[in-house]
Amino acid sequence: MSSLLFPMGLLLAAGMIGSAALALFTSQRITAVLAAGLVSLFASVLFLLLAAPDVAMTEAAIGSGLTTFLFLFVLGRIRRENKQ
Amino acid sequence: MSLPRQTIVFVLLAILGVAFWTLMSGYAPDAELNRSALYYAQNTAQETGAQNIVTAIIVTYRGLDTLGEVTVLFLTAAIVGLVLSHSFAPKKAAGPGILPPGELLTTGARILVPMILLFGAYVFINGHLTPGGGFQGGAILASGAVLALLADPTRRFSHSIIHLVESGSGLFYVTIGVIGAVLAGGFLDNRILPLGEFGTILSGGAIPLIYTLIGLKVGAEFSSILESFEETEDAA
Repeated sequence: MSSLLFPMGLLLAAGMIGSAALALFTSQRITAVLAAGLVSLFASVLFLLLAAPDVAMTEAAIGSGLTTFLFLFVLGRIRRENKQ
Repeated sequence: MSLPRQTIVFVLLAILGVAFWTLMSGYAPDAELNRSALYYAQNTAQETGAQNIVTAIIVTYRGLDTLGEVTVLFLTAAIVGLVLSHSFAPKKAAGPGILPPGELLTTGARILVPMILLFGAYVFINGHLTPGGGFQGGAILASGAVLALLADPTRRFSHSIIHLVESGSGLFYVTIGVIGAVLAGGFLDNRILPLGEFGTILSGGAIPLIYTLIGLKVGAEFSSILESFEETEDAA
């Protein structure tokens, strides 16, 4: 288990850095929002691997769930008001 | 103008990197638990009757901090509502920019929303047994509410019910804390109710009750934040 832990942690960290970079450098807002949510999703799996399931649940529910929804709501609102 | 600003950013990033590097290079995992962790690991089960030590710490040993967190969340919801109260409600439910949700989303939400709400309730009721608790369960409840809003943007939740749940659970939470100070060892002490059999759902004294109230309160607060974003609109 512990021999598997290190490469998996490395993989998840690489995924986090990759999606964070995607969120920074993409030109589409919707992609940036989803990539930022992906960072939190990878982080919550990493917390689970590090034996912190409570923190992992908080991260998954608030970090990758509600925050992403909040951004999407605000994006939709901006788009709606620009059309008027 | 732009070059010095970028230089400042890079210098700040470098300082941050050095700070993290010194933190990481001196890191060695602890071979044994420190004193407070050892106390929690040894005494949580017989003192609080909770199977999940994290929950026992959050709700009982550090209950006052949790009350503070719930207060911060309440203030956030109140401020969002206050700022957005200067906005207008959309004139029509189907404004010019509101996209109609697809068939897949509407049908999927009809199945998923009750299941998500049930799962949220499961998470906070079982907070003293399994990972998770009031905050996580409340956030899951709010995700269910968001899914319902996404599937039907014209849907409106009753404000009075949300406010009733929010203020009622907050009031009960503080009341339980005061009862703990009067009847048991101190504010938010969970031993006002019998500890019950270790590992069953009705155990841990007042912990399931407190976490249910926290879950309802957090869920209501998150829902009201997201709802005020959905319901308001700036003047064109």
